[in-house]
Amino acid sequence: MIKTDTLIIGAGPVGLFCVHQLGIIGLKCQVVDNLDKIGGQCIELYPDKPIYDIPAVPECTGEELTKNLIEQIKAFKTNFHLNERVEEIKKVEKKWITKTNKGTEFESSSIIIAAGVGSFEPRKFTTKEIEKYEGKQILYSIKDKKIFKDKTVTIFGGGDSALDWAIELSNTSKVILVHRRDEFRGMQASIDKVNQLKDEGKIEVHTKYQLGSVSGNEKVESINIKHDDESLKEIKTDYVLGFFGLIMQLGPIAEWGLNLDKKTVPVNTENFETNKEGIFAIGDICTYPGKLKLILSGFHEGALAARGCFKYAKPDEKYRFEFTTSSKNVKNRLGVKE
Amino acid sequence: MPKITYIKNSGNSQTVEVANGLSVMEGAVQNDIPGIDADCGGGMACATCHVYVKEEWFDKLAKKEDGEEDMLDMAYEPNKFSRLSCQVLVSDELDGLVVRIPLKQG
Repeated sequence: MIKTDTLIIGAGPVGLFCVHQLGIIGLKCQVVDNLDKIGGQCIELYPDKPIYDIPAVPECTGEELTKNLIEQIKAFKTNFHLNERVEEIKKVEKKWITKTNKGTEFESSSIIIAAGVGSFEPRKFTTKEIEKYEGKQILYSIKDKKIFKDKTVTIFGGGDSALDWAIELSNTSKVILVHRRDEFRGMQASIDKVNQLKDEGKIEVHTKYQLGSVSGNEKVESINIKHDDESLKEIKTDYVLGFFGLIMQLGPIAEWGLNLDKKTVPVNTENFETNKEGIFAIGDICTYPGKLKLILSGFHEGALAARGCFKYAKPDEKYRFEFTTSSKNVKNRLGVKE
Repeated sequence: MPKITYIKNSGNSQTVEVANGLSVMEGAVQNDIPGIDADCGGGMACATCHVYVKEEWFDKLAKKEDGEEDMLDMAYEPNKFSRLSCQVLVSDELDGLVVRIPLKQG
């Protein structure tokens, strides 16, 4: 069990700046995020797209913003638990006990949810019969590529993941690549390579097709793919891989007894606490009259939520407001030499 | 104001007035039409506002910008009449537009 003052759920820009705000008032925190890297939507959805509305930063990309935020919180030596999704929370006396899908447990006096629109999950096929094969012969990520050796693998998708795996697996498997349109959107070098392998007969490519149906008993035996003109084609295959990117889902947060308004959590605007004492929500996931889904609004929300956490972490102390420019305490926490 | 009809995944349709200049996505969100979540808020970054435009209207819409087609690869069961509703702006010419929300979206 990891003990800390505050658990932050979500390592996007708002969660990161909140680490800073907790740090300068002397509170410790740990951060959990379902993605494999720090940065949230900034890194996953628009690492290269310029952002123009961060105060005092005329222009920066999602990746640059993330890098700078990480630099700003370096002094606090925060632990990040990536690739983990918070599943359960429960209150035991005055503490919140939190458990992730990997079994990590935290005990904290407060929780700050900075989870954006929820956690990123792979987009799945929508065909009916797939469920019983998912995680077995129908996969959305690859953990052990050896299982595909000498098998037939049908890959759906037109982006870099689909192309990269088609190229990689064509060395040891029979690969069939299926995409809904003629153009692929991956790196040009990968597209060229796939076309070359296709010409050499090493990859079979079907475009303007999508998954129609799946047949099999214990295992997948064959699939039907459907052309834009509704015609069907049967493919015998051992595995089906879908690479359709990630979608954000609220996930377990919906089960924690928090008030919900569509996919957002109502909070007060004094300290961004939810209907549950000690649970705060900041950034895109929170809502209140006049809410703007801007990174800069999330920074403000994090600053106030951090102060809100203080009374739970140090019930016997009175919080005193201090400036970073003048406070010796704050400078010590930031590791700044006088 | 132009009227836009959304055929919902329940099969029922709902017609609402949407002001010129708003997107078809905003029209849905403001009227609580289910199935159009618009998680990214209109940034062409999530495909959760995907709709099928009724055939006779499809060619009347402004052409897709770069990036929309790529994002549609991520949408639920896209077809040749698919658009991201955040990229379709309402104008008088689109009065009467009909869009259908994919069955398993949202």
